[in-house]
Amino acid sequence: MSSDGDLLHVVTLDNITARRLRFGNLLKWGGLAFMIACFAFLGLSEAGAFPLEFETWRLGLFGYLVWATSLCVAQVVLRGEQGKRTLFILPGVLFVVAMVVFPLLFSLGIAFSDWNLASPDGRQFNGLDNVRQMWGDPFYWNALKNMVYYTLAIIVEYAIAFGLALILASEIRARKFFRVAFLMPLMLSPVAVSWMIGKSMLEVRFGPLARLARSLGWDSPSFFGSPEIARLTIMIMDAWTFIPFMMIMILAGLQAIPKEVQEAAKVDGAGPWRNFWEVTFPLMLPVSITAILIRIIFKLKLADIIINVTSGGPGGATDSVTSFIFREYRDRSNVGYGTLLAIVYLILIVVAITIFMKLVDRWMNPRYLK
Amino acid sequence: MSNTQIFHDSESDRAHKAGWLTKRVVIYGILILWTVICLFPIYWTLTTSFKLAPDVMKGNMIPWVDYTPQWRGWKSLGLSPDTIGMESTVREEFLKRFWNSTVSALCSSALAVILGSMVAYGLSRFSYRFGLMRNPDISFFFLSQLILPPVVLALPFLVLYKELALLDTRIGLILLYTLTVLPIVIWIMRDQFQAIPVELEEAALVDGLSVWGAFLTIIVPIALPGLVAAFILSLVLTWNEYFFAALLTSTDAKTLPVMVASQTGSQGINWWSMAALSWAAILPLIVIGIVLERYIIKGMASGAVK
Repeated sequence: MSSDGDLLHVVTLDNITARRLRFGNLLKWGGLAFMIACFAFLGLSEAGAFPLEFETWRLGLFGYLVWATSLCVAQVVLRGEQGKRTLFILPGVLFVVAMVVFPLLFSLGIAFSDWNLASPDGRQFNGLDNVRQMWGDPFYWNALKNMVYYTLAIIVEYAIAFGLALILASEIRARKFFRVAFLMPLMLSPVAVSWMIGKSMLEVRFGPLARLARSLGWDSPSFFGSPEIARLTIMIMDAWTFIPFMMIMILAGLQAIPKEVQEAAKVDGAGPWRNFWEVTFPLMLPVSITAILIRIIFKLKLADIIINVTSGGPGGATDSVTSFIFREYRDRSNVGYGTLLAIVYLILIVVAITIFMKLVDRWMNPRYLK
Repeated sequence: MSNTQIFHDSESDRAHKAGWLTKRVVIYGILILWTVICLFPIYWTLTTSFKLAPDVMKGNMIPWVDYTPQWRGWKSLGLSPDTIGMESTVREEFLKRFWNSTVSALCSSALAVILGSMVAYGLSRFSYRFGLMRNPDISFFFLSQLILPPVVLALPFLVLYKELALLDTRIGLILLYTLTVLPIVIWIMRDQFQAIPVELEEAALVDGLSVWGAFLTIIVPIALPGLVAAFILSLVLTWNEYFFAALLTSTDAKTLPVMVASQTGSQGINWWSMAALSWAAILPLIVIGIVLERYIIKGMASGAVK
């Protein structure tokens, strides 16, 4: 590890004695050996090499913890000051490796197998059967298509959020009250929201929104009857929760724009309309992109409201990928197929977001001169 | 002395004033409309929890005018004035879920803030190299977790937790929740630490503190508002988390959102008790939102403005 390029230079005299070095190495390799031994032990007992059978895999967890701790301690023992710096990020790295990288590798194993948690057979490797099943599963493709619709709804959410942020940034009274009020939907749990709005206020017979719809001339309001309207309702409920989020990011961006720029534009004779489109909006582009990107990321996780309000209905019209996999598991308790669907989803997301970021990059930094 | 006014606003000035007035009216109209949109569901839920069946059916809205509030909904939760002293299994259940939610949200947020701020500080001050990975790669490694949809991890974790006997335990939930908010904490804290001048630590180091000493005694207190913002934001996200809790808990570690969701049948709902339950579930966050609003805004804004 090099120390060049550090923002914070530390010059220390670490005289690490041979004994300390030996001790550190012992810790580092001893921990690793312990972990490997734990895993080997588990593997062997799983294969039936010993008479004693472990009930759980906790031994492996302890092995990992021991290794992680000894690695952290060994860093300081072996490398002194440099090791202390590594200690800042090493726990985080080890945590994420244990919680993401390992389960992801594990999930690759599950994805190509037929594993019904309820059945006693355990895991059955079934090759590409899951892929074939996915290919012919109209509901999965439908859910993916829905995700595209849901993601496109972000454009409208963005427009509303931008409008509200502009108003909040202008000179108004009781700004703090409005800010708190506008923030509220974001604080509420999606499950409570799906009951409060989806089940209670949208209740066809006596929900207040149904009444409102009737008084506005919609004779028999039904918010989850036809696929299009159901999808729209879900979109609106999700937008209700997350518009504050974009609004606040945009508001922060608006407040960071120096007043002088807009004043200069005004002096130059730009009306409010041109001032917005030619000064404010371009200046807000980076913030907008960040807000939209984070919003897309949150949107791709959308599930709670759908699970609780429509559970995918009518006929899968409102399904998001997450809620579909959730039900798939609930109904059949087969983890193999669900995992494959999730991994395919992940790959699609990564590809789509990479393309999106590349496009944004190309658009924000145009390369006219090559 | 004549009362006639000598100086008059010119025609264009008065038009300007009228324009200004309409603009104000429109702006406040929009503001009030959106406030109603934001707050009405909360109001509706609160009032419904005090209604009886006929009031719900008739769609009465304003307490004491349209209908007389009754403690019916809160009584079924065991939280009304006359039942609060009595034994109540529903209240026991509710408090247990509430406690589960509190513990898992607090612990995971604390853990995420500790791990995340260490990582963010390290990345903002030192340059690392793990094999091929340098600082930008390590940053990306952490922040890319944001893209990972929870559903990818859900089923593998279900199996892993089953084998590790962590299913339906709070520890299992805490670990997962920490993971989900960690990238957000790192995102917020990296900005916070980058805004603090390095000279502060240099001075501290000259005075004989170690790197960790400087971090804990100088930097953390300065970055405290940012830390609180990250903590509150994680708290909100973890308190509201439903997906993992629904999959990974069944009896012991069930959290409040799962309890709320499990009570939602479509037929024969007890509107009042559901309303009371939902309202009790969102109340802590409403309080946090009102009291700590500026931290939440600070947390969300920090990633936006560079």
